[in-house]
Amino acid sequence: MSKTKDISLTVNGEVLTANVPVRMNLVDFLRHEAGLTGSHVGCEHGVCGACTIEVNSDTVRGCLMLAVQADGATVTTIEGLADSGRSAALIAAFTRRNALQCGFCTPGMLASAIAYVEGGGIADKQAIRDHISGNYCRCTGYQSVVDAIHDVVTEGASA
Amino acid sequence: MKAPDFDYLRPGTLAEAIAILSEHEGEAQPLAGGQSLMPMMNFRVAAPAVLVDLSALSELRGITRTDTSVRIGAMTRYRELADWANICTDLPLIAVALPHIAHDAIRNRGTIGGSLALADAAAEMPALMLALGATIELMGPNGTRHVPADDFFQGFYDTACEADELIVAVDIPLAPEAKFGFHELVQRHGDYAMAGVAIKATSLAPLSGLRIAFFGVSDRALRVPALEAALDGTSGDEAAIAAALPALEAIEFEGDLKVSAKTRAHYAGVALKRALAEMLA
Repeated sequence: MSKTKDISLTVNGEVLTANVPVRMNLVDFLRHEAGLTGSHVGCEHGVCGACTIEVNSDTVRGCLMLAVQADGATVTTIEGLADSGRSAALIAAFTRRNALQCGFCTPGMLASAIAYVEGGGIADKQAIRDHISGNYCRCTGYQSVVDAIHDVVTEGASA
Repeated sequence: MKAPDFDYLRPGTLAEAIAILSEHEGEAQPLAGGQSLMPMMNFRVAAPAVLVDLSALSELRGITRTDTSVRIGAMTRYRELADWANICTDLPLIAVALPHIAHDAIRNRGTIGGSLALADAAAEMPALMLALGATIELMGPNGTRHVPADDFFQGFYDTACEADELIVAVDIPLAPEAKFGFHELVQRHGDYAMAGVAIKATSLAPLSGLRIAFFGVSDRALRVPALEAALDGTSGDEAAIAAALPALEAIEFEGDLKVSAKTRAHYAGVALKRALAEMLA
């Protein structure tokens, strides 16, 4: 029987309280307890980036943070990013550029890309590659992903 | 995999944290940013009985600059270092190295103290502390002590920090006239280096006051005194580097699944050449 702890956190604008096993990582909590299955679980050691989410406005690895560490935090998952419209331009560009095939990496890729775009990232393909270097995609070869992010940065600059 | 079960404690003060560590005599593991510890626990390489979350300890936070040094609290995240207003002017070596330390989402959580306490041989931060001549401030049940970076890293994941001690801060001397170099060879941007080097020099023509720290080459980040001596007083040109390179044989290069020891020895020389070339350009 796992040791447990009570936590309270805001997920996509909604306050959640739960009693969680202390060993449960945040992305498992979001998927299994909160029913938010948009964040994916790949490697569970911080290499693949599929579980990338936002905690207190910073992107983090959902597999390298315990749910108990998120006690009191504000968490935004890919569902929240979509509902608020923050990911809309990127989703459109990913679709247009065919920047996904199986889609497993896409939620994490979008979360990382949003941090780049909103953080004032420049329209430089090498800089974009460096930024998303923590997100694995096994389908696209990255070219179309980089193009999609580049499009959004360029659109933003001309908007 | 998932981490094995543990007790989770989040002390509110530094004194309380140290009392917990003393009480559990090596069974308790401090949790800083968790960006190395969590993977190790998920792999079950680490299985602490008690996890002591340091996130509530305000004593371990903040960056303070004096006229002679910069003190960085152990729980300062890489992201906070990158955002610090004086990073490029006061700590240019760290500013250059930061983008190479893992990835954006990892830098948002990873801490300087966590990296130093773990002392992964391939991590950048221990080598940066060696090159910069930093001092590491530790606190334990018997009070505070200050350990120079040169004495801190003792072996494979082994440091001068005892099981009942915590890294409180690092103190980095300001060196406004110094020149710095950094280069690492990686398979993917942000990955652990296959070999890397961080360099400080008090002057470039000729090279002097050199502190050259390698990482990703052996069981720990390390300096090679014979190499520094061989380059000191030279122009750092190709001939001088060629004459100094045999000093790298003092390193016990380690091989792994990615890179053999022999290749690593070659890469260390390549990293050194590139870092010096960039400094002298």
